[in-house]
Amino acid sequence: MKQRTNEEWLAELRGPERDRAIGDLRAVIVRGLKVTFGGRVRGLDETAEDLAQDALIRILDNLDSFRGESRFTTWAQRIAVRVAYTELRRRRWRDVSLQEVIERHEGGRQPDALGDRGSSPERETARKMMVETFQRFIAEELTERQREAMVAVMFEGMPLEEAARRMETNRNALYKLLHDARKKLKRRIEAEGLSAKEVLEALGEG
Amino acid sequence: MLNPEDFGKLARALGMTGDEELACDECFEQLERFVEMELDGLDAASAMPLVQDHLDKCGDCREEYQALLDALRAERGWTPVGVIWARMRRFFRRHQGG
Repeated sequence: MKQRTNEEWLAELRGPERDRAIGDLRAVIVRGLKVTFGGRVRGLDETAEDLAQDALIRILDNLDSFRGESRFTTWAQRIAVRVAYTELRRRRWRDVSLQEVIERHEGGRQPDALGDRGSSPERETARKMMVETFQRFIAEELTERQREAMVAVMFEGMPLEEAARRMETNRNALYKLLHDARKKLKRRIEAEGLSAKEVLEALGEG
Repeated sequence: MLNPEDFGKLARALGMTGDEELACDECFEQLERFVEMELDGLDAASAMPLVQDHLDKCGDCREEYQALLDALRAERGWTPVGVIWARMRRFFRRHQGG
């Protein structure tokens, strides 16, 4: 494949010779996606070629946003990886509702199983008190939306992007919402004279 | 009642929480420079600590970052063994206070 500078990539992708440049860029993207996803993407009907085609359209639509801060192909592959993961996550989670995830979490609670059998009664009491305190902070400090996001993303492992789609927001805004939730809880435990370090110590991880 | 696993996750997440954190879009914007530094053998985590901090906290972005890094390493002709060594070096650098 022809080696190109960033300027050459941009000029050729916009110029009369664009078909050749597009073909080369597609090859770069397919190779990159295959490293992570293999030829046929696990859990999807699509191949790396299919995903590359979707990515290519996005890249060509966004050429003006390339700021030249990296190699052009790095920038393009960054977009391709995001397009691929967005599709992959959407497919993997498509049959799962937010409500279902939250209910599953509620149903799976095991308060009595807290702690390990080998720990002392004092430590068990400390842990139990800590959990009850946290539970109260969560109820008092967080909004319903923050609690739902925390359960789905932090506790049940739903991708941020998928939780965001179900909550009719976007991934960036949901990250900020969760960051605000963490900050509120952290301030609250500090205001009560505790620290995250002490909490971890009570868990036996300090 | 939180279950033990949730409680641990939450406590660790609060321990890592900073007043200023990048959100996903800002991380995404800087990711191409971050991975190129990594590929050049530079300490991207020290040079761009907020990007590293976001990658430590956000599973979606971390997954994409790793895929991008692997794709670019393959593009530059790295072998799978080279990729594993690079990951190990990075791991040890980050866990030795570096």
